Amino acid sequence: MNATIVAGLLLALIAVAYRAGWSRSVSLAPAAGGRLHSRPVYHGALTALWALAPALLVLSLWALLADPASRAFILAQLPPDVAALDGPKLEEAVRRIRQIESGLGVAGGAAPFENAAAQALAEFRTLAFAAVVAAAAGTGALALLAARRRITARLRARNEVERIVGWLMIACSVVAILTTAGIVASLLAEAVRFFTFVSPADFFLGTVWRPGFSTTGHGAGGEYGLLPLLWGTLMVAAIAMLVALPIGLMAAIYLSQYARPKLRNAVKPAIEVLAGIPTIVYGFFALVSVGPFLASAGTVLGLPIRATSALTAGVVMGIMIIPFISSLSDDIIRQVPKGLRDGSLGLGATQSETIRRVVLPAALPGIVGAFLLAVSRAIGETMIVVLAAGNSPFLRLNPGEPVSTVTVTIVNQLTGDTDFASPQSLVAFALGLTLFAMTLVLNVAALYIVRRYREQYE
Amino acid sequence: MNAQERLSLIRAGLSARHAREKRFRLYGVAAIAAALGFVAILFGMILVRGLPAFTQATLSLDVAFDPAILKVEDKPQRREGQSPAEFRKALLDWERKVTMLNFNRIVEQAVRAAAPGTTADARQALSIVETNARFQLRDMVVADPGLIGRTVRVDMLASANADNWLKGNIDRSLPDAQQQLSAPARALADQLHADGRIRFAFAWHIFTNVDSRSAPAAAGLAGAFVGSLYMMLVVIVLAVPIGVMSAVYLEEFAPKNRFTDLIEVNINNLAAVPSIVFGLLGAAVFINWFRLPLSAPLVGGLVLTLMTLPTVIIATRSALRAVPPSLRQAALGLGASRTQTVFHHVLPVTYPGILTATIIGVAQALGETAPLLLIGMNAFVAQVPATPLDQSTALPVQIYLWQGNENRNFFEARTSAAIIVLLALMLTLNAIAIFLRTRLEKRA
Repeated sequence: MNATIVAGLLLALIAVAYRAGWSRSVSLAPAAGGRLHSRPVYHGALTALWALAPALLVLSLWALLADPASRAFILAQLPPDVAALDGPKLEEAVRRIRQIESGLGVAGGAAPFENAAAQALAEFRTLAFAAVVAAAAGTGALALLAARRRITARLRARNEVERIVGWLMIACSVVAILTTAGIVASLLAEAVRFFTFVSPADFFLGTVWRPGFSTTGHGAGGEYGLLPLLWGTLMVAAIAMLVALPIGLMAAIYLSQYARPKLRNAVKPAIEVLAGIPTIVYGFFALVSVGPFLASAGTVLGLPIRATSALTAGVVMGIMIIPFISSLSDDIIRQVPKGLRDGSLGLGATQSETIRRVVLPAALPGIVGAFLLAVSRAIGETMIVVLAAGNSPFLRLNPGEPVSTVTVTIVNQLTGDTDFASPQSLVAFALGLTLFAMTLVLNVAALYIVRRYREQYE
Repeated sequence: MNAQERLSLIRAGLSARHAREKRFRLYGVAAIAAALGFVAILFGMILVRGLPAFTQATLSLDVAFDPAILKVEDKPQRREGQSPAEFRKALLDWERKVTMLNFNRIVEQAVRAAAPGTTADARQALSIVETNARFQLRDMVVADPGLIGRTVRVDMLASANADNWLKGNIDRSLPDAQQQLSAPARALADQLHADGRIRFAFAWHIFTNVDSRSAPAAAGLAGAFVGSLYMMLVVIVLAVPIGVMSAVYLEEFAPKNRFTDLIEVNINNLAAVPSIVFGLLGAAVFINWFRLPLSAPLVGGLVLTLMTLPTVIIATRSALRAVPPSLRQAALGLGASRTQTVFHHVLPVTYPGILTATIIGVAQALGETAPLLLIGMNAFVAQVPATPLDQSTALPVQIYLWQGNENRNFFEARTSAAIIVLLALMLTLNAIAIFLRTRLEKRA
């Protein structure tokens, strides 16, 4: 309701201001001999932007102040004995009144003073909202009038609008930097809090993962050794690459060097379908099909393979990564200059000899880059391992046994938990930081290699 | 070595080299066959497991609304001089009384009427009907109190266990102790099926119902669907304008300096950051710092927006790069400003590319699960969220929740069905992208 009113107000303000600026500039045109510096649309847009800015400012100020203001109001309404309470009890009293006001009702029935306070709060909120809307509309209208008065035939409205648009674009570009900064800052801040419970040496070098439960009391109360998780992550990623690299690379070679265009155009999108499938689907596939299949195959071969194991998760993750490797390598192989191939073929080498001795070595840096990007994906992949790796954080060599990974543990430690006070949930951020650092190194290295490779042949 | 010797040496090695060539080609074919095979197996398995869940055992019974059991006063009518609040209170009181009536008994009698000879006791008879049947009958009475005293044919869902039994998902030869339904109940289900009282009908409720724990057979995707829809709206509203603006800036306006290089490296790197890290960001910043509500589609949408942004930016930039410089030169030559050139002439040419990138980004966001788990979207929510700030779940998270349900026999098929719905949505999105792109490219 309120959001609709605010949106309606802003839209009306924009429309009126645009129209005012537009008609004003048009009416000025004959006096200036029909020559305005800017077209009327720019005058309209400039007026609208000027009118919008103060209204938005007022509204965002209120968005910041509404909560403290209503809290202060509630405190003023409370009888002295309740207001004298402190800490959680006072919070509880405030929360109850807010709940009554929003019509939800509270446990144990409402005291008369609570009902009165809620009633007053409701009136206060309505009044405050009306005042804010009126203030926004008023300042907007004033700014509109001021902007309209500025309009002359020579006003450089277009340049001003373009400058504002330019700043807007820069602001949008900064969002990407803010995201990275936000990731680094939040991970670091929470990880540092975690390291006040557990020393970094114990975390990075510990070989036992046994975090205990946060309900058994605060304090460390458990062992947080990263190595078992890291080992599981690397084992699953390695198995995934063993599956994905040969299949992805051979598919890319065949499609780019041997296949006729018709076959290529049919097969390439079909393989890329694999890239569009959500990872949760792969996880389910691993859990109900691949896992039992591998387990029974293991029984036939006499190998003890569990249904949820590093092997299951790794194989399915490899399938997921195939299109990633194949389309990246395909791009890279096609960038190898034709002259190299033709030279080799002209000397009498067979096609496969050309590919193995000339094309692949030339494309090697690019393929290494693609490989690194794929490894970074495998390390960061979550849902497949959550469902299919078995969640058993022990240092084990056998890939047929269940493992746990960094990502699985992040999910387990943080799911549904918002009380970031215990090491049990804070450890997720330390793990996230480790994961982020690993993938960052891999990505930067890969992007650097791929870029250098592209420049080499451009 | 003379020419003759060299020639014979090459000839001698030739067959081995050709064999190697053949082998190499075969490896390539095998790799492609393997990749395509995985696609086929994956889709085949999902379809085989999921399609049966779209039909479900449905009882159609003659329900007698027995006035001896359904003893309740008449529905209150609004009297003269009664205020709306008083009337509402009276109506709510009446509805509460209706809810307290023993509808289970009505259901049981309807089952018995359909199979007079059954030996099943009350519990066993009720065990083949889903537990939501009583609420269904209650809602009918609330809507039309005139039903009391009449007999009406009503379609009700059979319980998950009965559905499993009739579909043959459970080994029929297992002893009683390992069966979820008792022997009389199984006989009853078989008898009703043979009589045509139970048939397999298309399970519309998968799309119209919300998730349910007490009545698994009636669990549906409506809540998750609306939650995902809200998130996609947030992603589209935020990611597209911000992404396009920043791509335009970086490609058309930005000077080449340290700062823009930094943005550039950043964006490429963000595209490869694991999705779960975005979930950590959402938990720490949006939930813990801004105090936005847990499990809200708005927060999920914000997290997914940050994830989708690099995709949109990178694709828009490559679309902008593909615009021929002659277009810019022509516009600039005619006296357009740089901003006018870009927004009036260059950007419109790239709309097909931007559109495709948007849809692909949205499809990616639609299938993302891991970051949503960290911001509490795996809560059990039995409601369709009314606003983006209400508690909600999302399609992929619903799949995650269902695959973990302890009633594996029933929910394995249900999960596959949900996956089919999700994949169908994603395929539709991609098909729309391809269709629009070809259409817009033809026009341009």
